[in-house]
Amino acid sequence: MEAALAPKKKTGLSYEKAIELIFAVSAFLMIFSVIIICVYIFIEGVPPILEVGISKFIFGTEWTPTYKVPHYGILPMILASVYGMAGAIIIGVPIGIFTAVMLAEIAPKRIAGILKSAIELLAGIPSVVYGFFGLTVIVPFIRVHLGSPTGTSLLAMIIILSIMVLPTIVNITETSLRAVPREYKEGSLALGASKMETIFKVMIPAARSGIVSSVILGMGRALGETMAVIMVCGNLPNMPKSLLSTVSPMTAAIAKDMSYAGPFHQSALFGIGVVLFVFIVLLNLVLNLIASKSASK
Amino acid sequence: MSRKRKMKDTFLQILIWTFSLITVGFLLWMVSYIIFRGISGLNWEFITSEYNLYRGKTGILPMIVGTLLLIAATLIISVPIGVSAAIFLTEYAKQGVLVRIIRFATESLAGIPSIIYGLFGYIFFKGTLKLGFSVASGALTLSIMILPTIVRTTEEALLSVNPGYREGSLALGASRLQTIYKVILPSAIPGILTAVILGMGRVIGESAAVMYTVGSVPKIPAVEQLLTSSVRTLSVHLYVVALEEADFQSAFATATMLMIIIALLNFAANRIGRRLVKEKGIG
Repeated sequence: MEAALAPKKKTGLSYEKAIELIFAVSAFLMIFSVIIICVYIFIEGVPPILEVGISKFIFGTEWTPTYKVPHYGILPMILASVYGMAGAIIIGVPIGIFTAVMLAEIAPKRIAGILKSAIELLAGIPSVVYGFFGLTVIVPFIRVHLGSPTGTSLLAMIIILSIMVLPTIVNITETSLRAVPREYKEGSLALGASKMETIFKVMIPAARSGIVSSVILGMGRALGETMAVIMVCGNLPNMPKSLLSTVSPMTAAIAKDMSYAGPFHQSALFGIGVVLFVFIVLLNLVLNLIASKSASK
Repeated sequence: MSRKRKMKDTFLQILIWTFSLITVGFLLWMVSYIIFRGISGLNWEFITSEYNLYRGKTGILPMIVGTLLLIAATLIISVPIGVSAAIFLTEYAKQGVLVRIIRFATESLAGIPSIIYGLFGYIFFKGTLKLGFSVASGALTLSIMILPTIVRTTEEALLSVNPGYREGSLALGASRLQTIYKVILPSAIPGILTAVILGMGRVIGESAAVMYTVGSVPKIPAVEQLLTSSVRTLSVHLYVVALEEADFQSAFATATMLMIIIALLNFAANRIGRRLVKEKGIG
């Protein structure tokens, strides 16, 4: 390689150019992947939505694809997804933010190290393991103590999801707390504010955009989670009436039905995929809006 | 401080400690519960025997082989592409619209739920490209899925290389490519290794995208069909035995195995990370 490089400069240059081209193509592959994923999901998923009728598909309350007269309404699944996400955020955000404060501001080095490893482990544990834990511990608990016939329920799903969103929320919130300029903190302390007042009245407001981003990313994680949810939700596409209802969020419905779905049923599952995709894109748009807003400040 | 302020302070402090304890406590509860119920089933026989319900064999050797195969195939595709993309982003591309679009694509890929990857792999790699349920379909799907992780981690590693190295190499007359190969990449290797470990973790933990691309055949594939056969990974196996076969003993043992692997990977990543900090401290 080098022998060829030294005497003949021209071939050397084109060799460099070729490698550079490979670098560029690799980077462009990511754009290409996003496009092809969108195209394929939409090509497969939009026609069945149109065939059923957009409003019937999205606002229909019955999902009975295997009946003689099948209904393809996914409102119960959309609601289950949204409720599950909301519940996970309501529980996960306070726990996550306070844990991040602990990591960034309070904990002595040793404890912070332990806490950090715990968060990393939580992030790395496979979602089926969360689901399995939910199935063997949380579901039986709900069955025995809260009087739900099976225990598989919206509540079980929310509990598992709120743990699963923690690493996302803690990590990003911690990073943004650490990025708050030292002067803010020192100024506040010098003015006589206590440490807690400084954290909650100065630092958290200053880290606001990072914290909001962490919440949105957590929402995306909760909305997209599949295997953990499938093991604890019951997989019946009922309208979620209470925390103890057995439900089937969009992700679980897709994964569960794919294994036995007939042709149109399968296309309809891609239709659910399209709706899920739209939700995720909306979340990403909000995220980008926040990022560009805080960048322009 | 007034009494009211003091009380508020103490209250917040208690909240911080309580919530942090909940985080750690839940992890400890989950890990200890699963290991407590699974460790006895995780014996040599379980790890090294085949899986054949007719013969009463419930070993996980095929799943271990399947997981390793999928990891290898996925990394062989995604690491070169991811590292190349990261080099392009840090060393060549000028900040501008193009880089913004690539970054947007990376973020989008990172945000797409795994079940959507599963659907895409099912329709595109398994269907359109006719790869069937196979390691190849799965590896291609998962490669796209873990690209953002690899690119970002590698980028960080490349950016943290002392700029003096780069400038020195260029000043000595090395070309840009030579500088990348001989100076920048070698000093970024620990970071790239971290990217590889994170990618491995994602592949091991993934199940939704794996089920509908790799399938779930619990057999060790023949040597000449390594890439074209369907295999079952450990995560998918846990799902199948827990939910479809209700064989909780195997499920707990498999879950324990998964936890141990993930803990080891995290430990390895941390060790590398710490060495990195040390080296930088000296440099």
